[in-house]
Amino acid sequence: MSYILTLLAKRLAISALLLLAVSALIFAGTEILPGDVAQSVLGQSATPEALANLRRDMGLDEPALSRYFGWLGGIVQGDLGTALTNGTDIADAIGKRLYNTVFLASTAAVVAVPLAISLGLLAVLYKNRWPDKLISGTTLAFISLPEFFIGYLLIYFVAVQLGWFPSVATVYDSMTFAERLNAVALPAATLTLVVLAHMMRMTRAAILNVMQSAYIETAELKGLSAFRIVAKHALPNAIAPIVNVVMLNLAYLVVGVVVVEVIFVYPGMGQYLVDHVSKRDVPVVQACGLIFATFYIGLNMIADIISIVANPRIRHPR
Amino acid sequence: MSDSLEKLSKLVVSGKLDRRTFMKRAVAMGASVAFSNTLLTQSAMAAEPVKGGLLKLGSSGGESTNSLDPATAASAVPLFNGHQWGDLLVDIADDGSLENRLAEEFGSSADAKTWTFKIRQGVEFHNGKTLTPADVVATLERHSGEDTKSGALGVMRNIDTMKVDGDTVVVGLKDANADLPFLMSDYHLVIQPNGGKDDPAAGIGTGPYKMMVNEPGIRHGYEKNANDWHGNRGHADQVEILVINDDTARVAALQSGQVHMIERVPPKIVELVKRIPNVEVKSTPGRGHYVFIMHTNTAPFDNNDLRLALKYAIDRQEMVDKILFGYGSLGNDMPINSAYPYFSDDFEQRSYDPDKAAFHFKKSGHSGPIVLRTAEGSFPGAVDASQLFQQSCSKAGIQVEVKREPDDGYWSEVWNKQPFCTSFWGGRPTQDQMYSTAYLSSADWNDTRFNNADFDKMLLAARAELDDVKRKQIYADMGTIVHNDGGLICPMFNDWVEGVSNDVGGWTANPNQTMMNGQALSRCWLKA
Repeated sequence: MSYILTLLAKRLAISALLLLAVSALIFAGTEILPGDVAQSVLGQSATPEALANLRRDMGLDEPALSRYFGWLGGIVQGDLGTALTNGTDIADAIGKRLYNTVFLASTAAVVAVPLAISLGLLAVLYKNRWPDKLISGTTLAFISLPEFFIGYLLIYFVAVQLGWFPSVATVYDSMTFAERLNAVALPAATLTLVVLAHMMRMTRAAILNVMQSAYIETAELKGLSAFRIVAKHALPNAIAPIVNVVMLNLAYLVVGVVVVEVIFVYPGMGQYLVDHVSKRDVPVVQACGLIFATFYIGLNMIADIISIVANPRIRHPR
Repeated sequence: MSDSLEKLSKLVVSGKLDRRTFMKRAVAMGASVAFSNTLLTQSAMAAEPVKGGLLKLGSSGGESTNSLDPATAASAVPLFNGHQWGDLLVDIADDGSLENRLAEEFGSSADAKTWTFKIRQGVEFHNGKTLTPADVVATLERHSGEDTKSGALGVMRNIDTMKVDGDTVVVGLKDANADLPFLMSDYHLVIQPNGGKDDPAAGIGTGPYKMMVNEPGIRHGYEKNANDWHGNRGHADQVEILVINDDTARVAALQSGQVHMIERVPPKIVELVKRIPNVEVKSTPGRGHYVFIMHTNTAPFDNNDLRLALKYAIDRQEMVDKILFGYGSLGNDMPINSAYPYFSDDFEQRSYDPDKAAFHFKKSGHSGPIVLRTAEGSFPGAVDASQLFQQSCSKAGIQVEVKREPDDGYWSEVWNKQPFCTSFWGGRPTQDQMYSTAYLSSADWNDTRFNNADFDKMLLAARAELDDVKRKQIYADMGTIVHNDGGLICPMFNDWVEGVSNDVGGWTANPNQTMMNGQALSRCWLKA
């Protein structure tokens, strides 16, 4: 157990350093982009005077380094600051958006992960027979289609023709849980279809790999049922690669869904980030970047820990 | 035929024609009795606004970076927002004339240098404070002060003094301007309590709707202002602006009934949208135009023969057909069309002429490719239009190299910086404002680097000219100068194309801005 604790502490320390590096990279990146926030806000209607006034208001006349360290100082004290473009409190705005993103990601994950793993198990059970081919064929077809296209297909058939779910997934504060689920049905379905194949194929491959081991043959010779062998003997030993893929996909559901958000007009973090990048609103971009990086690093850390816990050989190193 | 039928049915409704005569005349015009009856009911319904309900608008042009401060408004959704919670002093009516809003009346001294606006009495802001002339002065001050960041600064610069005199606001100008009231209809100049100096982004004004929910880039929700000073607007109990930037998603939202109207139907898919039952496509000719702009002070564009060669080498009709899909009109290398007051329609239309283009190109002595910079974001279809231009040029022996730039940063790095690029203008209410914004040699946004002393003089003369005939002549001459010498290649004026559900009543066309000049939500209603 102490081994895991030291590992966890080490990982956390490295993560903190990583986040610092990420924040510096994002800051440098947004500084390199052409134009600044004042220019982007005023757009075509920028006059030199208005630009100068806006820059002064936003504190852009200070040198880049002092802006960066000013921001860093705020972060350490838990203050994300305010958006340069419209002066709203970033923590406030992100809070709502983050909740929406996590809600959509969890809805998709709750459906996609069990579905992918059971489909993977089924595919193993019926290896190279028609259910396996059907499962692989359909899921691979969905992963091959661009996500916006799946989204448009669902909008056209499910929202416009059948009228089952709304095509615009705007969620309101006043919505009940059921209403929220109804609103996110289509984007969640799109995301499910997008991530299904990856996890399903990995489950199938990992288990098939284990199935070639000698102890599986023993189990078969003992006369155990096929399902019992796969579920009880093969799956636990295949858990590490599966968990890794699942976590990668979960991270994708949080950080990579901007296209789906745009199509379904879902107020998540992705659109929020893109809007602020195009306006060069550095504090917001920084905050979003940090949150995304935290998710990514955190989920990967969880994946590592699970695979260590699941594998006695790593848990008790000699 | 249906136009005159509609006129007839409106006459009946307004009591100028009795029902029997209408039926007779309508049937004589070839309409069936049943059809005439429907028309009559439709018109009767159109005349009677229905109160109540939740009216929803799906719009592009909204970002999560939007502020409610009207000074920084630069896209469609902030424009709509300003018109929900606020009012201007004067606004543009559907026929392009001025309409009083918070100004009850206005007038000027004989030399058009001093203007008075009588401010409406008994109007309350949403926060309960009463509107005073001092609020108006404070608003104007905020948009014109030294330290302003307002997009209206350009139109405010000519103002010298502002003061309150009883219930009027007196504005003194540096130079005479017969169009000053039109300048006051700039959509940034929303009147706020104390001019918004205390809290510019509060969303408090005198408008037909009170701001309830403000989630930039997602939605803006409003509730009816029960205390509205204006008797005939704000029919729905609640209105909502949903930000839907994706074209397909916006159309799908209209189709599935989640919104009642959408801003901007892409011309490419208008024919498909027309087939949707219960939805009508509305197109309104406006003043917006798509342009190719050359810096007249930068080689090789400093040579007028080269400019003329390019002007003759563009196929305007092809652009209107293939880029606007017919939802627009031909441009004539000046920023003015018939939607403007004082427009003379006796200009000769310049058309595609490869021979003349080749002639002028040879005369210019230029050789080698000409670089044209473009991005899809400079106007919808800009990249395609540039390629069409490239092809029509090559037939005249002119080699154009199309350089594609990223959308991101286009307005800061390419437009008004590079000597030849694509761009668009939304148009302005008056010729004076359009020319002073972009063609006066000292204008900030002189994006063709146009520098013509005669033109500048004429612009100032026209401003002070109160005789309509003379004024029209001056504008005609100015148009000719830009047409022949300017750096502007204007192939087309684009229509506003919008989608409206048949459940919506009260729709009219307004040339000034999209969605009935931003006021569709307060002027339309949901049919019962």
